Amino acid sequence: MSEPMSAGTPPEPVTVVVVDDHALFRRGVRAELESLARRTVSVVGEAGSVDEAVAVIGHRRPDVVLLDVHMPDGGGAAVLARTRPDHPDVVFLALSVSDAAEDVISVIRAGARGYVTKTISGRDLADAVVRVRAGDAVFSPRLAGFVLDAFADRPGAAGVVDPELDQLTRRERDVLRLLARGWSYKEIAAELVISVKTVETHVSSVLRKTQSSNRHELSRWASDRRLV
Amino acid sequence: MDEVTRAASGAETPEAPATSEDPVAEPPPVVVRRIRRRRQGSVIAGVTGGVADHLGVDILRVRLVFVLLVAAAGAGFAVYAGLWLFCPIEPRGVERRVPPRERRQGLGLATLGVLLAVVLSGLGGQLSGWVVGPLGVVLVGVALVWREADTGSARPAGDTGWRSRWLAGRRLGLLRLLAGAILVALGIAAFLLGNVDLSQVQFGLLAALATLAGVAVLTVPWWMHLVRELGAERRERIREQERADIAAHLHDSVLQTLALIQKQAGEDGAGRDVRRLARSQERELRAWLYGPPGGDAGHPAGPGDATLAAALASTAGEVEDDYGVRVAPVVVGDAALDPDTTALVAAAREAMVNAAKHAGVDEIDVYAEVESDVVEIYVRDRGCGFDPDAVPDDRRGLAGSVRDRMTRHGGRVRLRSTSGEGTEVGLVLPRRRGATGVASPVASEEEAR
Repeated sequence: MSEPMSAGTPPEPVTVVVVDDHALFRRGVRAELESLARRTVSVVGEAGSVDEAVAVIGHRRPDVVLLDVHMPDGGGAAVLARTRPDHPDVVFLALSVSDAAEDVISVIRAGARGYVTKTISGRDLADAVVRVRAGDAVFSPRLAGFVLDAFADRPGAAGVVDPELDQLTRRERDVLRLLARGWSYKEIAAELVISVKTVETHVSSVLRKTQSSNRHELSRWASDRRLV
Repeated sequence: MDEVTRAASGAETPEAPATSEDPVAEPPPVVVRRIRRRRQGSVIAGVTGGVADHLGVDILRVRLVFVLLVAAAGAGFAVYAGLWLFCPIEPRGVERRVPPRERRQGLGLATLGVLLAVVLSGLGGQLSGWVVGPLGVVLVGVALVWREADTGSARPAGDTGWRSRWLAGRRLGLLRLLAGAILVALGIAAFLLGNVDLSQVQFGLLAALATLAGVAVLTVPWWMHLVRELGAERRERIREQERADIAAHLHDSVLQTLALIQKQAGEDGAGRDVRRLARSQERELRAWLYGPPGGDAGHPAGPGDATLAAALASTAGEVEDDYGVRVAPVVVGDAALDPDTTALVAAAREAMVNAAKHAGVDEIDVYAEVESDVVEIYVRDRGCGFDPDAVPDDRRGLAGSVRDRMTRHGGRVRLRSTSGEGTEVGLVLPRRRGATGVASPVASEEEAR
């Protein structure tokens, strides 16, 4: 976890590759990022298919990949599966029009460090890019809601196998709840009387649990995707 | 992931020895490791080939074992027939090149098996020749019919089994069926004629025929029903598949475009209108694709049932349409609608409208959480904020409809607003005992304020 972006703009802009099969959308994201956040973010490449994405990521070695969830030939999860082994330091931020839990959860479990919807404003997107680059997880309110729901202890739920991975601590739950309510890290820190860094630690640990827990809800969401 | 790799290696193992003898054979795409009868290169039904693939041994040995089993009071026949009945045939497209030698061996062994059965039963003396002969004829006829029913129903044009060269086409399939039936009938007739005197046979035959006809007539409605049901099921499946395809397509094209429109629409009045329209279209499309609103967060709401999540989602949609703001409700858990929760949703609506009217923002966060003992809804905007104490008495929006509504139903309102940073209205409604919850998280800490 590196510092939150408090010490002014970093010397090097964060390099970004945009992966989306809609050319119009790629152009839109690129234009928006270039006009709003020229100093902090620089788009170094685009890709319109899984194969192209693998090639471009291997060639440009970006800091962050903005990844569309739905693409022909397997979508974002396929890109993650094929590039992560070779480029473990590239960070993936999923970008999708989908609100379905199985889409969100499956791409997170495939290794993305965050999930934002495509209607996000350019400024928020640039901010999210910088934050995932800095090591944060980017939880939209909806993602926070899904995760809370998945970790809820319902009477009928299957037993906890690995308490370390299958349960959220009370503090993590508090942080997630506030995230789901649309609060920023700073506001959460002030509310819970902890430092912003501690909030980040909690969120990262929730991300880790979401990715590796074998809870029934999570694996179900990740496996039965309605769309390819 | 784990599952897939395991399945893949499972398909590999039994195939390994087979590939040494037919190098082009590809491992069939099996998911569960089970015996699959070979489609190509079979002598009777591909059972021995399937067993050989499954066990990873040479097919010749399997065939030998079956022939030897035939010697054991005909057990080989029974085992073969059982495997034939219960093992599915392998999927199409598995290419095998079966060496002619293997085919000849198989054919020879099959003949040997039948001969062995005849000779042994003759030697044993338990069954005399006039029983074994007809029985053999019946068995051959049954094999013919079974084989036809097994593969003949959907034979692809390119399937070139060794028999297909001289027995190709549908008419020949029919011929084979007929031949099989005649063989079975002949066998039974020969058996009966040799065994019992003719007058008894006449009576028995008539009785059997009459019974068969009676049963057939009686069960006609069921047969019709079965046929109709099969057709309906098939239609339903096709429709489902079509719908999924359309959904995938719409999802990728139309939803993307709507998202793009929302992003690119200008900030002036016309732009706001366009954005509002796109938003409302997106919502409708989503509702059509994924079922009624409230189906998110892993609780697909069934058609027509009223839950808190569904009500909140449609309320949010109304506010979106009326005020041109973006309202994205996130719901954790769900509960049935009763007078209390209905009032809660109405109060939430009031808070949303208030934020849309006065906060000067175009996005409002709504979060609802249903727990076993309390339902909470938070409506948050990042707008101008206000000082709750400084609100003039004539602006009764929040105080009147929200606070009064909540207190009437035993709930309370938590209002926090900072000038310049936004407002959050928290609505807390304790649940009555016995209230039906669709899902109720146990997390009972009442601390997150």
